[in-house]
Amino acid sequence: MAGSSERALGVVPPWLWVALALALAAQVTLQALRPAPAATADDLPPPPTGAALRAATMGEPAAGARLAMLYVQAFDLGAGNALPYRRLDYGRLRGWLRAILTTDPKSAYPLFAASRIYAEVDDPAKMRQMLDFVHEAFLEDPNRRWQWLAQASYLAKHRLRDLRLALGYAADLERLTTDPGIPLWAKQMQIFIAEDMNELEAARIMLGGLLESGKLEDPGERRFLQERLEELERRTASKR
Amino acid sequence: MPPFLLLARAALLEARRSGLPWLALGLLLVALALAGFLSQVALTEGRELQAALVAALLRAGGAFLVATHVAASVAREANDKVLELALALPLSRRTYYLGKVCGYGAIGVSLALAFAVPLLLWSGPIAVALWGVSLAIELLLVGAATLFFAMTLTNMVAAIATTVSLYLLGRTIAAIQLLARGPLAEDGWLQELARYAVDAVALLLPGLDSATRSDWLLYGPPGAGEYGSALLALAAYVALLVAAGLFDFQRRNL
Repeated sequence: MAGSSERALGVVPPWLWVALALALAAQVTLQALRPAPAATADDLPPPPTGAALRAATMGEPAAGARLAMLYVQAFDLGAGNALPYRRLDYGRLRGWLRAILTTDPKSAYPLFAASRIYAEVDDPAKMRQMLDFVHEAFLEDPNRRWQWLAQASYLAKHRLRDLRLALGYAADLERLTTDPGIPLWAKQMQIFIAEDMNELEAARIMLGGLLESGKLEDPGERRFLQERLEELERRTASKR
Repeated sequence: MPPFLLLARAALLEARRSGLPWLALGLLLVALALAGFLSQVALTEGRELQAALVAALLRAGGAFLVATHVAASVAREANDKVLELALALPLSRRTYYLGKVCGYGAIGVSLALAFAVPLLLWSGPIAVALWGVSLAIELLLVGAATLFFAMTLTNMVAAIATTVSLYLLGRTIAAIQLLARGPLAEDGWLQELARYAVDAVALLLPGLDSATRSDWLLYGPPGAGEYGSALLALAAYVALLVAAGLFDFQRRNL
């Protein structure tokens, strides 16, 4: 064709067609034969410091922190084992969550993961590590992080069966928060914890309160919590 | 039309014809697709993840597109002897250089506008507008830096590598300074020397870490003081790059 920068396909010698097809086939075959990448609980590497992670985000701490959360989340989430997260090294996990929170202190993701995912294991020592992390983070910014301490208090009472710890968290929540926007049920968490209420009732009150306070805007988080509540309902029904 | 505006218009025309708009569109689609995919994996803050990721990718991608385009444009003009031809006309070196800066700056502004609009999906108009203006000045800085390095080094690969290094260092130097002062840093004269060296390097770098921040889109626009000082720092560095470029260009034997 006049003016075209390329010659016709017919000028390419046949051996080159064959070589190209073979090379492409070899590439696709080799890639297809590779095992699918899988992260296991044992693989969680040592955490970076907050400053190192911040440097690695190249000036994009908000995006970097969330990508780091997805990276940490990939270890064992959906791996299909019966006891997810339990095999994770919680010392390292805590270090990662701390580094991510230092990178973007306004992000709620690390505290969501700590209190709603990693703290819900049936290992009291690991659970305590996560609750302690949530408490420590709360002390740094009580008005922003109160809802995670409320969840920690709930878990301490109903899962850990440590009423003293639960009341201690509830007392801190009442004492250290000053934002008038914090709902009354959260400020009066001590009464709520001290009452003889079963886990399902307490979960319903907390979830209802959070929905009402407008703190649950993310559809993914709403869906996640709804599924947790339904699971709890099923578990409670099967115990009866 | 003044000669420097003619040169700026020519630079814009070159960008339009070189396929830069298609590359920008491709980058936009890739950023949106990647953010959409990752937000499906996120358990919470899906919206924030999308906004932060798209903003981060568009910011870095925009800088890369401007840097490579400017370096290639300067190299092409050098190879085709366009520079010699332009300077044979009644055109001062200052007019030629400033015309180029304006043209490449206009490309940066166009990209910033195109990249800011999709962010309205996740953030308010004020935050997006502030982010967009900051990105426009940041891309102007990248254009001016690439022009400076491409004219002085007269080598396309070296110009791109130097600009990318300057850009990345400008964005990370605050975090590197923090690392040098962190609790894990050892005490000793060598460490002290390293700290001074990092601080000295920081004096010569643009303050990109405080500009075009994606957290403005997530947590609300910055305060006037913070925003003003970030933009002022960028503008000051653009002035430095233009002055240095003009200085070198005036001295050069063609």
